[in-house]
Amino acid sequence: MVEPVLLWRRLVGAQVRSQLQYRVSFALDATGAFLISFIDFLAVLVIFHNVHRLGTWSVREVAFLYAFSSISFATTDLLIGHFDQFPQKIRDGNFDILLVRPRGTLFQVIGSDFQMRRLGKALQGLLVLGFVIGSLDIPWDAGRVAMLVVMVPAAIVIFGSVWVVGGCLVFWTTDGGEFTNAFTYGGNFLAQYPVDILSTWLRRFLAYIVPLAFVCYFPALYILDKPDPLGLPRFVDFLSPVVALVAVAVAGSVWRFAVRHYRSAGG
Amino acid sequence: MRLDWEIAKRGWRRYAAYPWATVAGIFTNTIFGFIQAYILLAVYRHRTDVGGYDVRDTVTYVWLAQAILMTVYVFGWQELALRIRDGSIATDLVRPLDPQRYWLAYDLGRAPYHFVFRGFLPFVFGALVFRLHTPSPLDAVAFLVSLAVAVVVSLGFRFLYNLSAFWLVDIRGVMMVSLSLSLFLSGMVMPLSFFPGWLGEIAHALPFASIVQAPIDIWLGKHHGAALAGVIALQAFWALVFLGLGRLALRAGSRKLVIQGG
Repeated sequence: MVEPVLLWRRLVGAQVRSQLQYRVSFALDATGAFLISFIDFLAVLVIFHNVHRLGTWSVREVAFLYAFSSISFATTDLLIGHFDQFPQKIRDGNFDILLVRPRGTLFQVIGSDFQMRRLGKALQGLLVLGFVIGSLDIPWDAGRVAMLVVMVPAAIVIFGSVWVVGGCLVFWTTDGGEFTNAFTYGGNFLAQYPVDILSTWLRRFLAYIVPLAFVCYFPALYILDKPDPLGLPRFVDFLSPVVALVAVAVAGSVWRFAVRHYRSAGG
Repeated sequence: MRLDWEIAKRGWRRYAAYPWATVAGIFTNTIFGFIQAYILLAVYRHRTDVGGYDVRDTVTYVWLAQAILMTVYVFGWQELALRIRDGSIATDLVRPLDPQRYWLAYDLGRAPYHFVFRGFLPFVFGALVFRLHTPSPLDAVAFLVSLAVAVVVSLGFRFLYNLSAFWLVDIRGVMMVSLSLSLFLSGMVMPLSFFPGWLGEIAHALPFASIVQAPIDIWLGKHHGAALAGVIALQAFWALVFLGLGRLALRAGSRKLVIQGG
């Protein structure tokens, strides 16, 4: 268990050093990531300029969802990368190289795309969270603090699993890299808003089967002490860690299945 | 003209070469269309009109925005910047063909491909689930004209920020800032009619509105007669401004260009 972590640190360390070689470039990059992530938040504010509540949710409550989704998204992006280099590896046949190395292929893909500029987005989420948590009247107790501590790692694992499954499509489509955007950016977009505003069929598909409702929505219902507009039993609010474990198991199997069906493009 | 046509054909083929990329894109646009449509529908639970848009206008807006997103190419583009960085621009400048004319022709070949293959299906999927606004024949034709001009405005803007590569080695920061501005102020993320009054006025006064908001408003039948012609004229004005600025920047940039080896 220790060895992969050490190896990951060495892989990431090398990338960090290389990215810090061009400091101005890095500063501009991180600033760009910081700025561009404000667009989604501006969109939330524009919506609430027109209505006081979205379903039963106030602007602060949606901002809470937004902040958690952003932080989880950015951290996932930082830890496992965006899979946007990955279709290139499949297309030019460089995935072959990963197969002959004595480490897991998923591990190598994840370890090879560490971009520090993604801290910019995480910082933006933290700022929004800092602002919103002060202005929300949350009845803090041990359970809520525990949920706060658990929900981000669970969200990261769920996001990461969804991205891996989305990334697997490239094994069959070769140049369908844009599928991953639906899973990464699409997942984040969905998680920023309360899922009860979706229609039933879309909610079943995107919130439960692709378990994005467990990223923020259910944990947030508990922390904010909100009655579930969907009327689901309350224990569902606590299921995120379980869902995360199931998701990671499914993602692992899908990845192994996909790698077995990898057909090299040569190169 | 013959030359421009040949370049445009290459622009089309470059994107037609990756059919799975097109399928993947359609899937992604459709998912985003649904999420966005339901978010904005929730706004209409409490209202019947937002800035002159009824619920059907807004849902139509969402799906049209997804449909033309690739056509007007509001996401990042840095092909030109990469050519400047690696020095290939020197070869381009030697050619008896102006780079701006080349990229304009190329982009006007790319855009119809994206319009047909990336735009049509997401809109159809949207129309299967929601009731969307059908334009009058005149509005439909005006929409196509307006969309074509929007592509030129967009290319003019992208050309301009790519040229910053003459002065900066890595343009990603500049590109992200340009992207943020154009995504938000064009109406791509949210219809400009949803913006608070002052911000909406600023956004309408800026060239970015010509890229997304203008063609969609024409489809929705928001402009008639002289006003309709005025909207397209304003788009054409912004297209000329960007192309003019692009010319100046290209001249200034090539004067200071130093190629490191090659």
